[in-house]
Amino acid sequence: MMRLPPFTYVAARTLAEATAALAEHGHAAMLVAGGTDLYPNMKRRQFEPRVLVGLRGIRELSGVRGSAREGVTLGAGTTLSTVAAHREIATHYPALATAAGLVSSPQLRAMGTIGGNVCVDTRCNYYNQSFEWRRAIGFCMKKDGDTCLVAPGSTRCWAVSSSDTAPALVSLDARVRLVGPGGERTVPIAALYRDDGIEHLAKTREEIVTDILLPPADEWRSTYLKLRRRGSFDFPVLGVAVAARLEGDVVRGARIVLGAVASLPRSAERAEAALIGRRLTPEVIATVADLAAGPSKPLDNTDFTHPYRKKVTRVFVARALRAIGGLDAGGSAVEEVA
Amino acid sequence: MSAGEKHGFSVIGQPLPKLDAWAKVTGETRYADDMVLPRMAHAKLLRSPHAHALIRRIDTARARALPGVYAVITGADLPRVKFGILPVSQDEEALCTERVRMVGDAVAAVAAVDEETAEQACRLIDVDWEPLPALMSMEESLAHPEIRIHEYGDGPNVHKHVALQFGDVDAAFARADLVREDTFYYEGSTHLPMEQHAAVAQWGADGKLTLWSSTQTPHYVHRSLAKILAVPGAHIRVVAAPVGGGFGGKLDPFAHEIAVCQLSRLTGRPVKIALTREEVFYVHRGRHPVLMWIKTGFTKRGDITGCHLKTWLDGGAYGSYGVASTFYTGVVNPASYKMPVYKFEGARIFTNKPPCGPKRGHGTPQPRFALEVQIDKAAEELGLDPADMRRRIVTEPFTKTANHLTVTTTGLAECIDRVVEASRWRERRARPRARGARKRGVGFACSAYMTGAGTAIYWNAMPHSGVVLRADRSGAVALLCGATDIGQGSDSTLAYLAAEVLGIAPKDVHVHPADTTLTPVDLGSYSSRVTLMCGMAAIQAAERLRGALFEAVAKKLEVPPGALVARDGKIGVADDREKALPFAQAVELGEAMHGVLAFPGSYAPPKRAATFRGGTMGQSPCYSFSAGIVDLSVDEETGEIAVHDVWIAHDVGRALNPLLVEGQVEGSVYMGIGEALMEEQVFRKNLHKTPSMLDYKSPTALEMPEIHTILVETDDPEGPFGAKEAGQGPLLPIMPAIANAVYHAVGVRIDEVPITPDKILRALDQKRRGGPGRVGPEKLPLLAPREPLVVESAFGQPAAAVVVRPFQTERLA
Ligand SMILES: Cc1cc2nc3c(=O)[nH]c(=O)nc-3n(C[C@H](O)[C@H](O)[C@H](O)COP(=O)(O)OP(=O)(O)OC[C@H]3O[C@@H](n4cnc5c(N)ncnc54)[C@H](O)[C@@H]3O)c2cc1C
Repeated sequence: MMRLPPFTYVAARTLAEATAALAEHGHAAMLVAGGTDLYPNMKRRQFEPRVLVGLRGIRELSGVRGSAREGVTLGAGTTLSTVAAHREIATHYPALATAAGLVSSPQLRAMGTIGGNVCVDTRCNYYNQSFEWRRAIGFCMKKDGDTCLVAPGSTRCWAVSSSDTAPALVSLDARVRLVGPGGERTVPIAALYRDDGIEHLAKTREEIVTDILLPPADEWRSTYLKLRRRGSFDFPVLGVAVAARLEGDVVRGARIVLGAVASLPRSAERAEAALIGRRLTPEVIATVADLAAGPSKPLDNTDFTHPYRKKVTRVFVARALRAIGGLDAGGSAVEEVA
Repeated sequence: MSAGEKHGFSVIGQPLPKLDAWAKVTGETRYADDMVLPRMAHAKLLRSPHAHALIRRIDTARARALPGVYAVITGADLPRVKFGILPVSQDEEALCTERVRMVGDAVAAVAAVDEETAEQACRLIDVDWEPLPALMSMEESLAHPEIRIHEYGDGPNVHKHVALQFGDVDAAFARADLVREDTFYYEGSTHLPMEQHAAVAQWGADGKLTLWSSTQTPHYVHRSLAKILAVPGAHIRVVAAPVGGGFGGKLDPFAHEIAVCQLSRLTGRPVKIALTREEVFYVHRGRHPVLMWIKTGFTKRGDITGCHLKTWLDGGAYGSYGVASTFYTGVVNPASYKMPVYKFEGARIFTNKPPCGPKRGHGTPQPRFALEVQIDKAAEELGLDPADMRRRIVTEPFTKTANHLTVTTTGLAECIDRVVEASRWRERRARPRARGARKRGVGFACSAYMTGAGTAIYWNAMPHSGVVLRADRSGAVALLCGATDIGQGSDSTLAYLAAEVLGIAPKDVHVHPADTTLTPVDLGSYSSRVTLMCGMAAIQAAERLRGALFEAVAKKLEVPPGALVARDGKIGVADDREKALPFAQAVELGEAMHGVLAFPGSYAPPKRAATFRGGTMGQSPCYSFSAGIVDLSVDEETGEIAVHDVWIAHDVGRALNPLLVEGQVEGSVYMGIGEALMEEQVFRKNLHKTPSMLDYKSPTALEMPEIHTILVETDDPEGPFGAKEAGQGPLLPIMPAIANAVYHAVGVRIDEVPITPDKILRALDQKRRGGPGRVGPEKLPLLAPREPLVVESAFGQPAAAVVVRPFQTERLA
């Protein structure tokens, strides 16, 4: 079988211990929460940390607090199954509960955390391969090499943001709290991401994501649609998160965020703007869906063809809007034969 | 008359759990990778990163110097012999010496204290490569005859080229009211067994070698090892460890098996190797990608006047079973429908990719896909119902096909009737349904498959299967057979058959699977041969044992042996339950009378192959038949397909254990859905694109439809208690039925698998713009046709029911 490289495991019990361990070991150290992303990647030698600082033992990192009225705070160590099953979240922040519930498989959701999910490594099918495979094709710039195999000639890495919850959280206008050696800061989650397949997180190595803060639900409706080959296991190759606030049937606030079509969760700003002040008629939905598909610029480095992922972006945005508007979402129910 | 027919069956026909079910679910089963022996070393192979390259030099010094490394070997440490599963394709080396032909070819092997150290050592082996141009498609291989992957074959980069003609196809087409020519492509796929290949070798202090391996063919591995390692076969023992799924992927002798033997010889330690999932993708031997051209003539009523099929197989880097695969793309199709005239041309092309070989259905799903989709198209043009059309043209029982196959019983007509009725086909067909973007459709297809190949891989006059039964004084019976249980339940089936004949419980039969020093030869778990061939041998051995017991009991009870029956754990007078002895006591009497009670059973298929060259291919004692209906919906906006229901009727001859047969049918449906909708073994920049279980898409339980299995029994005179195969045939209708249902749902033809959402959207787009609404191959490879071997069509000739079988004369008398 594929074996893990050797490493030392530091079982931190407090945030202070964890930050101290990170500071002590510098570049040799990495954080691990559920390990569902990191360990398989280590087996393929995408990461070779000599020290792993484990977050599982830190009590203060897990749990869901607050309410939809005042806002909900999720500890970064909360498992995805807890997030998916949480009543308050499922009712008032359905995009998040849905996205968390669609991550991978039940086993991995029981181990994987929301903190790990927002920090999950970007993916590319030239990169998520074994060491031997990558050596055979020629290492890429994301690890061990200096070229990009998807876009030769590119000076940047095009690995794909593959978190299900990230676009949902951006659409919900969530914030994240980070704790580092210099203290703590809280930023909008969109500010956590950078458009770069390698340096995809705008945080220092020493910073730990401790909490995810959801604003008061405040009549916002939301939904998340995920494109993948199979009903389980698969990472998204397109995620569409839509949140909207309606007054009567007029849209007063809208956020449309695309996952897995760029190195970061991509907001479709022109489409959002086109929704404001409008009713969710079929014509408006069609126009907005076309606009939203604009920023979807997938490359040929995931499952499915990239033109197909682009085409489906339009369809999914339209379906998400219909769901938000309470219209027949289409394509979901199946009639039974008489 | 066989034992079961004298009275009702007691074990046969019961839905019993497999004998090893408990061990499997509790984790008790010890697979090869579970073995731990004292002082055991762990091995790893260094595999080629190049698709095609010369090896200038290999330097293992740095690897050997690594602490914890016991031995490092290259091809120079092995005798210079090439091997391969078929005598005509001896083209493999365990560790390549001069040239590698694919990414994943092994070039060196390390034995070390643990797997990590072995892996690290592999990375310290320095190989000086001289890369050669890689030929990654059939088109490239044919376009570059100057680059030769192998020196042998039927042309530059052509491994095998066959052409057979039975009757005058041109005349047949002239007679037809409708002649269709279609092209199809069937993408390659891999077996994906849960268990990755593993092996443990122990070259004992006594100079004898034992190899435990997850293999489907211990006998062929045994023969190959003797040749490759240049040691007497008499000093080699191959034990088939329980196999965690095979599907054809564990049918060849492999580099890792040979390497651990040699490493054990050099280190004096047992050596284990367990392949990674990625390596299993390189070992492969899976479904050949096949490009097909098929021309068929039909009358207005839907009769086939004749058929001409051409296939081009992308064979990959080595021969493997490829010669057989090539024939199988042509010779089995005629078994299902009346096809008076038939012509077949097939060519297998070498490419620098992992070798293809036998995957469930071996060579037949591809042409079956072509034929069944073409019939669907013809039915539409002729205004016929696709099910009714096929129902009229099923082959007659006990006749020959154009290409000289003998069809004994056929339950295909009943299969068609049963699925049509159970699914309410006509109703579903007539009323297209839609909900929003989701359009629903139904599709139909049939198939036929062999129950065991009529000839062995190497020519010989010996049995294909042997069984030895030994009765113990405790009342237990040991059944020794060279068959390997690969999850299909052959151990259980053998126990049921012996138990039925002897009137004891299956639990009292102890089946010893393949161990070449203990068990009589069985050729292996391939071509759906084990139930029939080992089964017939087991029945013969059990009847011989029972005869000896009857003799002893008859003497004791003072009745003629003919008055006795074996049932409910007793041997006694048929109608007098008082006059009976417990089985164990019967054994004691028998042993007192005859000495040790050990009896052999042997089986070889009936010799009725035609005498023309290639005439043995596709010959089988009998054929199974299946009919399938798929109900699915297609999302017109996303192209996504959801399969809702599958009705499948399978003519299994007799369901020895209906539970196991249903399991085989359901597994086939599962595999069929994978091949139809998503599985593809494809390459990019010379490398396998998706060598992991996450990225190589194969369906999960969530993609599974409701499966309605219907078993049809035809009681074939060739099979054990009338049984035919069930492990492969039911796969075949699924792919074409899905393609046909997609057409019914949204009116586009995807003439290739996998039928992906992307292709659906492309075809729909095309149709909206006034095009034909088809995605499929547009071009055929350039390869000069070969002069066919012309043979008279044997279509419709009556065929003998049961002909004389070697080794079974006494039973038939
Ligand atoms: C087969 C398979 C399928 C998968 N499918 C999906 C899928 O469909 N969708 C999806 O989104 N993901 C998927 N994943 C990835 C992964 O399971 C999830 O993203 C999971 O939520 C990761 O959480 P974790 O706690 O296991 O993270 P870990 O593996 O422990 O960590 C992931 C990364 O985040 C960092 N990290 C973890 N916690 C923190 C923290 N508190 N602060 C700062 N950095 C932190 C780690 O250092 C590491 O770099 C899949 C993984 C596998 C193996």
